[in-house]
Amino acid sequence: MNILETLVLALRALLRSKTRSVLTALGIIIGVGAVIAMVAIGDGAKASVQKVFDSMGTNLLIILPGSSRSGGARGGFGSQPTITWDDLEAVRTQVSSVRGAAPEMRSNAQVFSEDQNWNTSIIGTTTDYFTVRSWTMAHGAHFTDADNEAGAKVAVLGQTVVDNLYGKGFNPVGQVIRINKTPFTVMGVTAPKGQSPVGQDFDNTVFVPATTFKRQVQAQSLGAYITGAVFVQAVSADLTAKAQADVTNLLRERHRLGEDDANDFDVRNLAEVASGQQQSTETLSLLLAAIAAVSLVVGGIGIMNIMLVSVTERTREIGVRVAVGARPRDILAQFLIEALTLAVLGGIIGAAVGLGVAKLLAAQFGWPMLVRPDVALLAIGFSGLVGVVFGLYPARKASLLDPIDALRYE
Amino acid sequence: MDADTKRAPPVIQLKNVAKVYRSGDVEVRALRGVDFTVEPGEFVSIMGSSGSGKSTLMNILGCLDRPTSGEYLLNGREVARLDRDGLARVRNRTLGFVFQSFNLLARTTALENVELPMLYAGVPSKERRARAKEALERVGLGARLDHHPKQLSGGQQQRVAIARALVGRPRVILADEPTGNLDSRTTVEVMALFQQLQKEGMTLVLVTHEPDVAEYTQRIVVVKDGRIVNDRRQTPNPAVVPAEEVGT
Repeated sequence: MNILETLVLALRALLRSKTRSVLTALGIIIGVGAVIAMVAIGDGAKASVQKVFDSMGTNLLIILPGSSRSGGARGGFGSQPTITWDDLEAVRTQVSSVRGAAPEMRSNAQVFSEDQNWNTSIIGTTTDYFTVRSWTMAHGAHFTDADNEAGAKVAVLGQTVVDNLYGKGFNPVGQVIRINKTPFTVMGVTAPKGQSPVGQDFDNTVFVPATTFKRQVQAQSLGAYITGAVFVQAVSADLTAKAQADVTNLLRERHRLGEDDANDFDVRNLAEVASGQQQSTETLSLLLAAIAAVSLVVGGIGIMNIMLVSVTERTREIGVRVAVGARPRDILAQFLIEALTLAVLGGIIGAAVGLGVAKLLAAQFGWPMLVRPDVALLAIGFSGLVGVVFGLYPARKASLLDPIDALRYE
Repeated sequence: MDADTKRAPPVIQLKNVAKVYRSGDVEVRALRGVDFTVEPGEFVSIMGSSGSGKSTLMNILGCLDRPTSGEYLLNGREVARLDRDGLARVRNRTLGFVFQSFNLLARTTALENVELPMLYAGVPSKERRARAKEALERVGLGARLDHHPKQLSGGQQQRVAIARALVGRPRVILADEPTGNLDSRTTVEVMALFQQLQKEGMTLVLVTHEPDVAEYTQRIVVVKDGRIVNDRRQTPNPAVVPAEEVGT
């Protein structure tokens, strides 16, 4: 008797009691379905977290100036400017693990087109900013170092600003806007990024060169100090920690801080925050997968239970088969393959159910739908293993039946 | 081969076969030294009351059980000491079984029931089908290939079982109370079929406790207390089925 014939035999035996087969496989179906859905949910969550962090800029560090102290009241980080333009230049050019660095000075202002106006956030910065914060251009170009040095009155608009000043779909490159009272020529429009997880609109921004910002937008300038944060991009993900240390050391040196002095600035590693987020979603998926694995094992116990019942019910059939020449191994194979078939079919149905659930959830939460064929195959393979492990005992019991007793069994 | 010149060996040859069952301290001696020979083409019935040892004898003849001592030559070959796989092979290739309660697989067609022994002999499916069909035609059920046991009468079911016993081309058919669950008319039908098979050269051994049934056979062996106490040959009573009802 070959494998194919045994398989046909198993399928027919399972089809004979459809309800029982389905109920028996239900444990496996739920188990595999849960594994697939959980992994997809975990991956989807991870991908959406990754997307948020990617949109903020990759391998990002933030240098916040130190806290102020007036009377006994301590201000938070950023309340006291301690980072100078020279510090920025030093970080930009002297640290090998840093790819780029740019200031971010913010001010809210009323912006006017010819017939509309809009209150938005003006960011004064340098050329590096666009690469460091992962901004790409939808129209035109961003300003250059030359524009910055010259204090050119040029601006790059976020999509939301364009929508509100000119209407959707308009290309404003070449138009003149006024910020407060100063006219600026629009050089470019950034590609939309959407909202941050807390609902802040990344695209509701106007970018102008730092020098121009200091002269035209900011009410008062602090001269050598940068009134805002500095964004730093490390060369690679592996080097963010090194960049963080290098930048810290450089600034401590430049600020002439002694060994016992505390930093008068703070360098934050956003990659660390991101990887922390990743880790927590990974831990969650691992936990869910473990629960799913437990339900697979429970499903296996269900299979063993029903196979034992089935062996008892079919004692006579076994007796007949043995009488006409089935060897113990033929009987073993018959019942083992029956259990295996049940488990694998359950696994396949479960995979389909799991993918369906994952798709539904992905649509619900707006996550990317991640199909993981490797996980599906692994889950089906594991359910097959469960089938073999839990089918072995009943099948062995069947194969060791004494034919004389089996034929007499009522 | 010199099979034509030499006399063929006995199909079954038991030499001083004993079977002892032990359950705890109690020993039950089911067979106490049986010598028994069946020549090719014989139609033998084994009779005995319950507890006489005839079932044990049948189980040993059928290679479902092994004797505690003694020799069993089946078709000239020692089979008393074979392992489970070896016994399975002998049952598959050399023996055909017919049971009192038919023992057909439920929800399985007549044809597939008859194919069963060949499944374990590794016969290819096309040949299996053809041979099963032929065997069913031989027992007069050529028109019921796709019927399930439930759709067949007792007599028909037993004939399917006989077809299943025949299909592996065994050297001997062993029938254990084959008419025990049949009424008197179908009993005659089944016995007529056995007599027909014997005429075609088949060797048959049948266990029964009904003297009427034994009368249809050529030789009656009586077992009592684990021994053969009587062994006589006779002219069998011809099993005649009323003509208009043949074939159901």
